[in-house]
Amino acid sequence: MLIALYIMLGLALVLGAVLGYAALKFKVEGDPLIARIDAILPQTQCGQCGYPGCKPYATAIANGEADINQCPPGGDEGVHALADLLGVEYKPLNEEHGETKPKMVAFIEEDICIGCTLCIQACPVDAIVGAAKHMHTIVASECTGCELCIAPCPVDCITMNPIVETPENWKWKYPTIPIKPAIHL
Amino acid sequence: MDLKSYFIILIGTVLVNNIVLVKILGLCPFMGVSKKLEASIGMAAATAFVLTIGSMTSWIIDHYLLQTYQLEYLRTLSFIVVIASVVQLTQMVMEKSFPILYQMLGIFLPLITSNCAVLGIPLLNAQTDNGFIESALFGLGGAAGFSIVLILFASIRERLEAADVPMPFKGSAIAMITAALMSLAFMGFAGLDKF
Repeated sequence: MLIALYIMLGLALVLGAVLGYAALKFKVEGDPLIARIDAILPQTQCGQCGYPGCKPYATAIANGEADINQCPPGGDEGVHALADLLGVEYKPLNEEHGETKPKMVAFIEEDICIGCTLCIQACPVDAIVGAAKHMHTIVASECTGCELCIAPCPVDCITMNPIVETPENWKWKYPTIPIKPAIHL
Repeated sequence: MDLKSYFIILIGTVLVNNIVLVKILGLCPFMGVSKKLEASIGMAAATAFVLTIGSMTSWIIDHYLLQTYQLEYLRTLSFIVVIASVVQLTQMVMEKSFPILYQMLGIFLPLITSNCAVLGIPLLNAQTDNGFIESALFGLGGAAGFSIVLILFASIRERLEAADVPMPFKGSAIAMITAALMSLAFMGFAGLDKF
């Protein structure tokens, strides 16, 4: 009886070792550059850059098809970070793609909502819950503030509210000391 | 065992005792991956590899471990473990070397694990007390038979797409009928009484 257990155990160990070795030997690496660019992008999936989401935009940057200054939600900081990563010159944000706004979340006026599900289909991150002819609402913690749900709403019941500062999301504002401009003589 | 008997085993498993059409094993990939010729060739190659390697490793485990310790009742269990590992290995190699084929086969690649032909051949080997070379040939023959039938069937189905099939028979129904007719045709090989 015990020998049967030992044999199955031994078999499992040997096969596991072979598979573990093969997993290292035949490892498939995704393109690491795309992943690093994607990590900098704000993941709002808003499509303001002209690509269907952050990952496609990251792929386009990595392939040299897109410029680094097409992401308004990422703001100036995002462009700086991308310029650092890719070793290219910083460019100011391209105005064509929109301007940077403070972080917002969408809010549905539930008295007005008619339950048409159009905003649910527009939401790139599935942050809207609801069903046909039932009131919808927004999962504020999932909302990226991309504003894609505003345009399809037939009764204009969605508004964008800035994120209110609460003890949970408050961040220490580091004191910044402005550098004195050099005096021109 | 001489060369002639090896040849007889090979022909016998490929045609006379065809694993799919005569023994009716491994019907899931036969029906599932036969819509496109290209995918079916990939599936045939992957299954053939797993079948051959699987029947060889199963023989080694059966002969040196299970029979030595009179543990024949562990056959099914240990064969499944071995086959699952070989499938995993195939999957890793394929993902690395043929990524397009890997994407095309999709879920059917890991499902080779549950392909009953792949388990059936090692079990039949163990029951008939085949030697190592016989087992390997049996696996290879079964694999070749599976591949031939799958590729033939996929080619027929590709042509059927363009054929004027009566409405109620469209899709899977005509595929089933085609498979049955192919099975009838392969039963005809049973007349080769040498095998």
